[in-house]
Amino acid sequence: MSAVIDTDHKGHGHAGDDHHHGPAKGLMRWVLTTNHKDIGTMYLWFSFAMFLLGGSMAMVIRAELFQPGLQIVQPEFFNQMTTMHGLIMVFGAVMPAFVGLANWMIPLMIGAPDMALPRMNNFSFWLLPAAFGLLVSTLFTAGGGPNFGWTFYAPLSTTYAPESVTFFIFAIHLMGISSIMGAINVVATILNLRAPGMTLMKMPLFVWTWLITAFLLIAVMPVLAGCVTMMLMDIHFGTSFFSAAGGGDPVLFQHVFWFFGHPEVYIMILPAFGAVSSIIPAFARKPLFGYTSMVYATASIAFLSFIVWAHHMFTVGIPLTGELFFMYATLLIAVPTGVKVFNWASTMWRGSMTFETPMLFAVAFVILFTIGGFSGLMLAIAPADFQYHDTYFVVAHFHYVLVPGAIFGIFASAYFWLPKWTGHMYDETLGKLHFWMSFIGMNMAFFPMHFVGLAGMPRRIPDYNMMFANFNMVSSIGAFMFGATQLLFLFIVIKCIRGGKPAAAKPWDGADGLEWTVPSPAPYHTFQTPPEVK
Amino acid sequence: MASHEQYYVPAQSKWPIIATLGLLITVYGLGTWFNDMKAGRPESSGPLIFFVGGLLVAYMLFGWFGTVIKESRSGMYSGQMDRSFRWGMSWFIFSEVMFFAAFFGVLFYVRTWAGPWLGGEGDKGIANMLWPGFEYSWPLLNNPDSKLFPAPSAVIDPWHLPLLNTVLLVSSSFTLTFAHHALRKNHRTPLKLWLALTVLLGAAFLAFQAIEYVEAYEELGLTLGSGIYGATFFMLTGFHGAHVTLGAIMLTVMLIRILRGHFTPDQHFGFEAAAWYWHFVDVVWLGLFTFVYVL
Repeated sequence: MSAVIDTDHKGHGHAGDDHHHGPAKGLMRWVLTTNHKDIGTMYLWFSFAMFLLGGSMAMVIRAELFQPGLQIVQPEFFNQMTTMHGLIMVFGAVMPAFVGLANWMIPLMIGAPDMALPRMNNFSFWLLPAAFGLLVSTLFTAGGGPNFGWTFYAPLSTTYAPESVTFFIFAIHLMGISSIMGAINVVATILNLRAPGMTLMKMPLFVWTWLITAFLLIAVMPVLAGCVTMMLMDIHFGTSFFSAAGGGDPVLFQHVFWFFGHPEVYIMILPAFGAVSSIIPAFARKPLFGYTSMVYATASIAFLSFIVWAHHMFTVGIPLTGELFFMYATLLIAVPTGVKVFNWASTMWRGSMTFETPMLFAVAFVILFTIGGFSGLMLAIAPADFQYHDTYFVVAHFHYVLVPGAIFGIFASAYFWLPKWTGHMYDETLGKLHFWMSFIGMNMAFFPMHFVGLAGMPRRIPDYNMMFANFNMVSSIGAFMFGATQLLFLFIVIKCIRGGKPAAAKPWDGADGLEWTVPSPAPYHTFQTPPEVK
Repeated sequence: MASHEQYYVPAQSKWPIIATLGLLITVYGLGTWFNDMKAGRPESSGPLIFFVGGLLVAYMLFGWFGTVIKESRSGMYSGQMDRSFRWGMSWFIFSEVMFFAAFFGVLFYVRTWAGPWLGGEGDKGIANMLWPGFEYSWPLLNNPDSKLFPAPSAVIDPWHLPLLNTVLLVSSSFTLTFAHHALRKNHRTPLKLWLALTVLLGAAFLAFQAIEYVEAYEELGLTLGSGIYGATFFMLTGFHGAHVTLGAIMLTVMLIRILRGHFTPDQHFGFEAAAWYWHFVDVVWLGLFTFVYVL
């Protein structure tokens, strides 16, 4: 007996031809869908659109910074660009991409017919275009869009904020509702819909990392909601949460924000850890080294993420005890992260490795993410951070963990699972070209930022000292190269959807997992009868 | 994981997109309203837009929950589906716990660190140079800048209305549990009475809280704008009150469903979800009573 797939939303249990019906036709298929594959696809396309939009803003930033002096935009607009670039990339590009991957892959990986709560799944997705429509539209209003940086510190975001901050707050609320519902859905799916025999410790690591990510999301998105709600109250209802004149504290804003913000950075990287842990074994043709330790390392990272937030605030004036506690706690994160890097390297050790595009991105992920981790260790050392704080060194650090970390993880996943999604192989030559152009462009853009940062170039400033001119020009050229290359990715994906070599059910001979037991492209409904996992 | 044979995957649904549009219109209206208010623009379209959005959300809630209830009653849901709902509700309540945790965190931070520092005590007592005459005490009856944030003359006495409200809310948790036991034993009349009593206790709680708010504003000068004491007081009790309201609405819906003969001794997750929520709201109140009113 297969799952009940109702064809009539009024719902009078059709038993007839339920089992073979495909997607509805036209636009309404996408608007009304409850299918995890449709919703996953929408998340991925939305994420890519936001990636291009946020990327265009990065191009504006890099064009302005191509040379010292003010060339292209006014400082006011520059501030809106840095703010919106950050917000769009974090909440619009990276997070939805992982939710899209979760939607597509988690039911396939655990042998479930769909996500646990399919209608709420659709709601989670559609809130995102609404939230970003609201947010981006403020760029065109009289006072301009948000201009206080993506971390929106008070009082810049309260007392001195443009009018659009009100809509920014509500947009964050909508995104938060979307994330919480999405995360609840993932948890319910993983805990309740696994196929018989799929015990927790047999789950693919992508499922594990997403389970832990979902927990982080449910724990910290409400805190972000509380944070922006207090801003709203300070702005419109005369409260003094972030104003010392009434007994509040602007530093309090940073505590609340980073209590959300630090787990948030793991929310953006843990699913990538999981995906890479599927991809490296596939192309090294060896099982993952240290599966159990990977699970425990992920859980440890998630736990530590709750007690390190003030390392973002070493220079704002917190007590010495706090500086020391948060420094040591932060340095501890290197241990579980080191376990992971060690396991990936050991998986590759003496493997029969081939370097198809997903593997290239995955290997680059391991190496470059580790560089970002190392600069993170440097920043974690409180006394040293007094020098690095708010410089381009910080920008270099978090772009190394986000671009070759999160985003390369997403690219690796996309190439790895595109054959399953589309039924066609992507163009391997173009894929490799995409990888190398991204790899070179991204290193060229972000590596020099370490140097200018250590030399003292402040972040979020449209103009800079002449002494930083050469490195900035290199950065900008690299950024343009990286940016333009992503249009190639768009082309590769469209080409793959429209045709190409038909993909086998399991196109990668070393791959493992339930998702490769269904045909490529994956049928509209899969695992209506749960598979038996040995 | 034994009952995999039947998992109800609903077909297309219009409710999510209506919910999205409803929420978007609601917040757009609210934002317009707030901005016009702050800028002193007299004729704002905000309230109207907000109202339209709110109507759409209400329509969606009726429709979506109505659909789920219909599906549930026509027997489409399996035990596994029931567990999905349970996980969903549990994690939703956990997210609410974290929402309140943010405000409790603010309260503790201000009382432990920020306040004493402004008063010149502790590691960062240097902050006292901002308002050299400022002395810290809790409840804060003098603010650093009393022109910007006029302090309250006194705060709410915990041993009158708040104590009464504690009694009301704790009793309502008991009456709700009695109702649940009655439901399990299929004693429908006691079930209705206990549940109605629970809703009444919730309503009484809200009425007393309204009286307390009026007293705070009109007699004590304790307002949202009266410094960090007023801010944390109204934020915590206000959001709690909003949650009591929501919980009472949920219980009222359950009461209506019970009057219409819904729920069996074995299958009544809708009732249980509302009950979980009510107990959660009750526990938050105990935290509030302790840390906002008494200590």
